[in-house]
Amino acid sequence: MSEQKLVLEIGEVVVRFSGDSGDGMQLTGTLFSEASALYGNSVSTFPDYPSEIRAPQGTIGGVSGFQVNIGSTKVNTPGDYCDVLVAMNPAALRANAKWVKPGGMIIVDNDTVNEKGLQRAGFKTDNPVEELKLQDFKVIFANISNLTKESLKDTGLDNKSIIRSKNMFALGMVYYIFSRPLHFTEKYFETKFKKKPEIVEANKKVLRDGFNYAANIQAIPNTYHIPAATSIPKGKYRNINGNTAVAWGFIAASEKAKLPLFCGSYPITPATEILIELSKRKDLGVKTLQVEDEIAGICTAIGASFAGNFAVTTTSGPGLSLKSEAMGLAVMTELPLVIVNVQRGGPSTGLPTKTEQSDLFQALYGRNGECPMIVIAASTPSNCFDYAFISSKLTLEHMTPVVLLTDGYIANGTEPWLIPSMKDYPEIKAPIVPEGTQNYQPYARDEKRLARTWAFPGTKGLEHRLGGLEKDFTKGTVSHDPMNHQRMTDIREEKVKRVQEFIPQQEVFGDKEGDLLVVGWGGTYGHLLTSVQKMRENGKSVSLCHFNYINPLPKNVKEIFGRYKKILVCELNMGQFANYLRMNFQEFNYMQFNKVQGLPFTVIELVDKFNKVLEGK
Amino acid sequence: MAENFKYAPQDFKSDQEVRWCPGCGDHFVLNAVQKALPEVSHILNYDIERYVFVSGIGCSSRFPYYMKTYGFHGIHGRAPAIATGIKCANPTLSVWQITGDGDALAIGGNHFIHAVRRNIDINILLFNNEIYGLTKGQYSPTSKLGSVTKTSPFGTVEHPFRPGELVIGAQGKFFARSLDIDVKLTSEIMVEAAKHDGTSVVEILQNCVIYNDRTHGVLSDKENREDRVITIRHGEKMVFGKNRDKGLILSGLSLKVVNIGQGGFSIDDILTHDAFEANPGVHMMLANMTYPEYPVALGVIRNVTETTYDDNVRDQVLEVMKTAKIKNVDDLLNYGDTWDV
Repeated sequence: MSEQKLVLEIGEVVVRFSGDSGDGMQLTGTLFSEASALYGNSVSTFPDYPSEIRAPQGTIGGVSGFQVNIGSTKVNTPGDYCDVLVAMNPAALRANAKWVKPGGMIIVDNDTVNEKGLQRAGFKTDNPVEELKLQDFKVIFANISNLTKESLKDTGLDNKSIIRSKNMFALGMVYYIFSRPLHFTEKYFETKFKKKPEIVEANKKVLRDGFNYAANIQAIPNTYHIPAATSIPKGKYRNINGNTAVAWGFIAASEKAKLPLFCGSYPITPATEILIELSKRKDLGVKTLQVEDEIAGICTAIGASFAGNFAVTTTSGPGLSLKSEAMGLAVMTELPLVIVNVQRGGPSTGLPTKTEQSDLFQALYGRNGECPMIVIAASTPSNCFDYAFISSKLTLEHMTPVVLLTDGYIANGTEPWLIPSMKDYPEIKAPIVPEGTQNYQPYARDEKRLARTWAFPGTKGLEHRLGGLEKDFTKGTVSHDPMNHQRMTDIREEKVKRVQEFIPQQEVFGDKEGDLLVVGWGGTYGHLLTSVQKMRENGKSVSLCHFNYINPLPKNVKEIFGRYKKILVCELNMGQFANYLRMNFQEFNYMQFNKVQGLPFTVIELVDKFNKVLEGK
Repeated sequence: MAENFKYAPQDFKSDQEVRWCPGCGDHFVLNAVQKALPEVSHILNYDIERYVFVSGIGCSSRFPYYMKTYGFHGIHGRAPAIATGIKCANPTLSVWQITGDGDALAIGGNHFIHAVRRNIDINILLFNNEIYGLTKGQYSPTSKLGSVTKTSPFGTVEHPFRPGELVIGAQGKFFARSLDIDVKLTSEIMVEAAKHDGTSVVEILQNCVIYNDRTHGVLSDKENREDRVITIRHGEKMVFGKNRDKGLILSGLSLKVVNIGQGGFSIDDILTHDAFEANPGVHMMLANMTYPEYPVALGVIRNVTETTYDDNVRDQVLEVMKTAKIKNVDDLLNYGDTWDV
């Protein structure tokens, strides 16, 4: 029997799982997150994986990571640095040691720490602890691979399946360290491998053996307990990531608009999961076409929109470049269409699996001609659902395309989501022209929104022609008249501006006025909020103004900006939103904090920057 | 018969002034389509609101503006994708794509072959004048090797596409060819294209009177045309010539022109056209015949039945919906792992 160990009760803890791309670290991290969420903790996750599916085994390039932050109060980020790192090989250790808090715990699979493993990871000596200067950390070398083999030797499983289960042994150890119950994960095995009871039993056994092993070794000095969160609103929850939330937001809009959902798309990291989820949703009548390229993706969507479906197309940066010309066609034909851009590191192929916010200008301006579009940015994994819904409502009711921006971080990140009820969402009323309408004019507009009307092919008596050539203001036929072009350009611009009347006022977190206003947009919300909260806990006069509506901006922005001594615009690019604000509100001075490393901000660097700005440095 | 038709050609003419150059082959094709649609409507029981004409960019792509049907003038090369979206969104529509050799085979080549491969039920009318007209005379992917144009002042150095070969290579199920000035034949082919379920590609050898006049001159020359083209029809002997005294036979692995009644060949030796044959071998050879070695084949060369993409897309959704456990968005949001707080 082991002696009773010290249990530390703490409010928040960060764990990072890392290993080879094939080691199953994403699954391990997901299971830990789900078990914690089911236990009642607040959870935020961040997968960090390479673009190679199977980079050379054991190399730094092939390391896949998954970080999760769990708390007994609301957590808004996956955490900067981790309390516990699991490294399944020397490469994972080498790549991730810098993300461990000083004095933190590191669990390493000792069976991989051999000459070959160390060499592949680029170690020069046979002592990784010394080489990485980890003497002050609690590094636990556990023979995870061999213990897994021992655990499963009598199960009849083949060697390959056995070794593949080592991630579950590691997970068992982590469950012990964080006093997590095993039954949530055991239930997952039962559902996942319903038809293979021997696999269920093997996974359960190796998970329990990992748990017991951690309980028995003396190397683990203490365990942690993170009490269930009490301040979380009551209700039914589920985990959700941004990509799934976007897909479901569109389906919700399709239901509220009573129009079939059509998605024309082409796979591209990190947006592909939206197409994958929509492809599964044939049960709800969703039509998905995976077509020959990005251009066909948007063009099939435009065709479907013309024919009366609610159409969307999904992509990431390079794909948005390819879609530019067709986006102009959607603006010119004034058809509803949502284009989702899950931003990643650019330019060109850039950093396909890493996050960035550098497509803002492309979304706003990346087209030929005067080509205004509504631009909206989601800011958390779960509010991707709401902003996908809002984008859909705006495009369908205002008859002009919308760009919805998310990013790799919120697209792949997950958080618990209080499941909404569709009865709380508004109806969507597209201006569809009924059969029997006399003298149909395709470019006639309603006065409030300036939206033209939508007549579906197949409807008797509404035959009309649309296209990319400039249209006559009244008749909608082709026109090259100079004054008509001016008038049509003005009205397309005004139509997007009018959307301001239909979106909420901008809100500020913090004080109505003060020393520093932090400004952000999109997926940086969690980090900015946490940082501003920390500053305020220390009595600093710092507030956050975080934007979801980019074009048009909410009405009250100017009035907000005027109430603070300093404005600091923080974004994961070289200053695109700051420059956009300069263009719109020239009277203010905008300081900038920019980062383009393919990574989210850290709270530490943000707090540090805010302090410097307050001190006038 | 025509008096029983619900529509007359006039019913398909829009109020827009037709702006192609005088003498342009496009005028003939517009007439042929407007002539064919009353018959198509009669046979297939279509009302005018079911037709959608979709185009890309180029002279021929102005076509939808001249039709009094639903129409969409898209962007360069993308009409097959736009048409695919329209047809999948509403499979009851009769979708016609108007395109040229540059639009379909250069900038839009990718969409073209994939539309054909998927066998989406649209009719593609490919106006082939072997030149870029709207940009004023540059060579196209179908310009003959050595063509002197504004961008090939010393002659082109690249081999042209043969549209029929490309279509059949992309597993095309329907390919036909006509000559712009033969309005009667074009119109007859349009009806066949409309009746065919799947991607129907009709190549129309079309004259650009300004930049590539008489590129198909040897074929359109009235005096000798009948000796230089062969109009093939399913179930009929492949006979041609002013005196109907020439025909095609299979000699070894190739087609061969013979004179009927000479060299021991009788009408019985002449091939009978089978447009419905799935094996593309003879169809490919017919599509690739060039003058003067062979007569150029006109008519429906290939007409094979296969399931269509739009039907498959629709049917799969309906099939899944039949046994779906998730019936609405609330079901969706609540399915899988959830927990109560």
